[in-house]
Amino acid sequence: MNKKGLFSLEGDRSMYPQPGADGKPEIDLASHKFLKLWQGPNHPGITGNMSVELTVCGDEVVEAKTHVGYLHRGFEKLMERRKYIQNFPLVCRIAVPEPDYNEFNYATAIERLSGIEVPEKGLWLRTLTLEMARLQGFLMWIGGMAGAVGFGTVGQWSNYLRDLILDRFEELTGARIYHIYILPGGVRNDLPEGFSARMEENLKEITGFMKDIRRVLFDNYVYKKRTVGVGYIDPTWIYPYGIVGPNARAAGSMNDVRKDSPYGKYAELDFAVNHAVESDVYTRSFLRYRELLTDVGLIRQILHKMPSQGEFMAKLPNMLNFTIPAGETYVRSECTRGEFGYYLVSDGSAYPRRVNVRGPSYTHAVALLEKMLVNANIADVAQIMVSLHTYPPEIER
Amino acid sequence: MRIDDLKKKMVASPDGEEFEVDPMTDYFCSDRPEVVKPVKGILEKFYNWARSESIWILGFGTGCGAIEMRPLMTPRFDAYRYGIQWRPTPRQANMLIVSGYLSVKTLKRVIRVYEQMQNPKYVMGLGSCTINGGMYYDSYNTIKRLDYYLPVDVYVAGCMPRPEALLAGFEKLKQLIREGNAEGANDYANRFDWYKANQKAVILNWDMPDYNW
Amino acid sequence: MFDQIIAAVKEQFTLTEVSGAGPVLRFITVPKDQAVNAVRFLLEKHGYKHLVLLTAVDFLEVGEFQLTYLLHNPENKSDIGVRTRIDREGATMESAHDLWPTIATYQRELREMFGIRFPGSPGVDDDFILEGWQQMPPYRRDFDTKVFAESFYPQREGRETHDPATYMKEKLYPNE
Repeated sequence: MNKKGLFSLEGDRSMYPQPGADGKPEIDLASHKFLKLWQGPNHPGITGNMSVELTVCGDEVVEAKTHVGYLHRGFEKLMERRKYIQNFPLVCRIAVPEPDYNEFNYATAIERLSGIEVPEKGLWLRTLTLEMARLQGFLMWIGGMAGAVGFGTVGQWSNYLRDLILDRFEELTGARIYHIYILPGGVRNDLPEGFSARMEENLKEITGFMKDIRRVLFDNYVYKKRTVGVGYIDPTWIYPYGIVGPNARAAGSMNDVRKDSPYGKYAELDFAVNHAVESDVYTRSFLRYRELLTDVGLIRQILHKMPSQGEFMAKLPNMLNFTIPAGETYVRSECTRGEFGYYLVSDGSAYPRRVNVRGPSYTHAVALLEKMLVNANIADVAQIMVSLHTYPPEIER
Repeated sequence: MRIDDLKKKMVASPDGEEFEVDPMTDYFCSDRPEVVKPVKGILEKFYNWARSESIWILGFGTGCGAIEMRPLMTPRFDAYRYGIQWRPTPRQANMLIVSGYLSVKTLKRVIRVYEQMQNPKYVMGLGSCTINGGMYYDSYNTIKRLDYYLPVDVYVAGCMPRPEALLAGFEKLKQLIREGNAEGANDYANRFDWYKANQKAVILNWDMPDYNW
Repeated sequence: MFDQIIAAVKEQFTLTEVSGAGPVLRFITVPKDQAVNAVRFLLEKHGYKHLVLLTAVDFLEVGEFQLTYLLHNPENKSDIGVRTRIDREGATMESAHDLWPTIATYQRELREMFGIRFPGSPGVDDDFILEGWQQMPPYRRDFDTKVFAESFYPQREGRETHDPATYMKEKLYPNE
């Protein structure tokens, strides 16, 4: 839907095909009025490999279909062939840019079914890792959002800032991208010496840059012209279309898993749920900007409140012969895109019976995007896609 | 493109005439790729030096490895000082980085894009998944060896390789180009039938011409 | 909180099993022909407005699929999973796309990956994830993915595999 964007669709519409019986125009490809355009697997504001097949009449999109499956590796099938502990390197790679949430959900599901308890400091370290993952996810996203409207500088800044966080991850866990740090029972390592001081330096630099990004991107006339009024999400679509996360909060909902069903140490942290009233591309991007700053504040709180001594890993049985009593459970957590959940079914053997990953992009990128792109201008399709913040790997796993 | 669009059909022209077209020969060229021979002596050395100093990569992140290509564009790791740029279209690129595993659906697009690139072209396989399938060795949807489908010039192992490892891979590729050993495109032209047979054995819904350029 | 809801559901439908410990999650099992009605009842009368997921679990040994509809109530923040069992041979289930338009995506994936048919669901026969797939639906337990991968794709020789338990035993206790 396009309410009052830059490329206005008022005016003489007599040349456009009229809606038929079910409200949609009849698409007859042989009539030379329509053009099929693929915004294919490699597209502006790239967040993964997903393509949208657009049927265009003039400048306006008449119908859109999402095509996924370019990144399908059959994770849920592969996980059934490996033991519980062998699945951790595999599970990281389901939502590629934010791997910690996968590990956390899977480890928590195993702990719930088998009764392993995580010690205090382990919970604090887990919360710290998850917040750092959110921060670097938002930083990468904001570069992509600006890049989708043609503003490349913000991408350079935000990728540099993201590299600073990845350096902290490398100190903490040993790797930049795939950490395999959260295991059942706690985490693998304690904080190294001087971590808090270095983290504080990085956070100061990030907040300094964020002030610049606000002036340069969000107070920018061209950005506002291209994003205000475009890609509107109606609040009545939230539950029928399964919209979660910042997309829903920008439309007025107050659902945030960190407040509703607190996990880790979120119950002891003090923060407000960011929300807005009218959800267009500008509001959603500004909401994510505010969430980024909330996350910076949360990391400072965590480092301040974390106990300096303590066990970070529970004593585990022999993980190679580890079985879980039969049962099923569902674990959810709030990643940058919304509610991320793992449904684990175990049947008492050493191999999981079924692991189903419910990524937030599953509902955003398929049903919601196809609905939002109708009557949009071709030039706006990239912004709408990036403003929904979808990661195709978690759609088709 | 649907498979039916590639069969022979009758088409009406705007003036009302009807005539028969055969899309495979009329819309697409049915040539095969040709070997590009090097020129003689010092001119080829000069050309190779020039090619090695300006490698333009197609910006197509095919898998996990796309995450570690982004830091390369920023000033911290800076691939631009080596003359390496990312281009959005294959017509302006001469290197393809296959960054990680390839599912069969992406392989079809990658083949199309590779054949549309200009000669001389190079392919880099990033990550262990291009070498022997990596951790998806038992997956039913990913390929296990990249060099059966595309001619690969250099592999960078790792999961993920760091940006510095990627830069080392670029250095190795530049050295190969300067010596005159980066002959992937000519290998593709020489063993075209073998590559095509391998590709068609895996991609079961082939609805493209044999050589897409 | 769950006691009233489960008592209300028991009045209208046959509950064969209730499980789940903990304050916020319960799983209830209903027969196949009452499942969509139970889901509708929870949606309309008890505020379970958010559909979290619809997935299937393959129980090859007894010849059944278990479908799970997981619902979430945003007001009292609780989850209920409605489970039902259907036969593996000719698996079909009633489509629930009038309750949530987004369930069409889940049903499309189940048709492609498990072979469960949902007649009437919009777009259910389009290819969603796989392209040109000619074997049986891959998530079924009788599809052996390793055997298929080794026969269909050419491999690079020289790959070794160790059973982790014996490998670690040799490393840690080499003298035994």
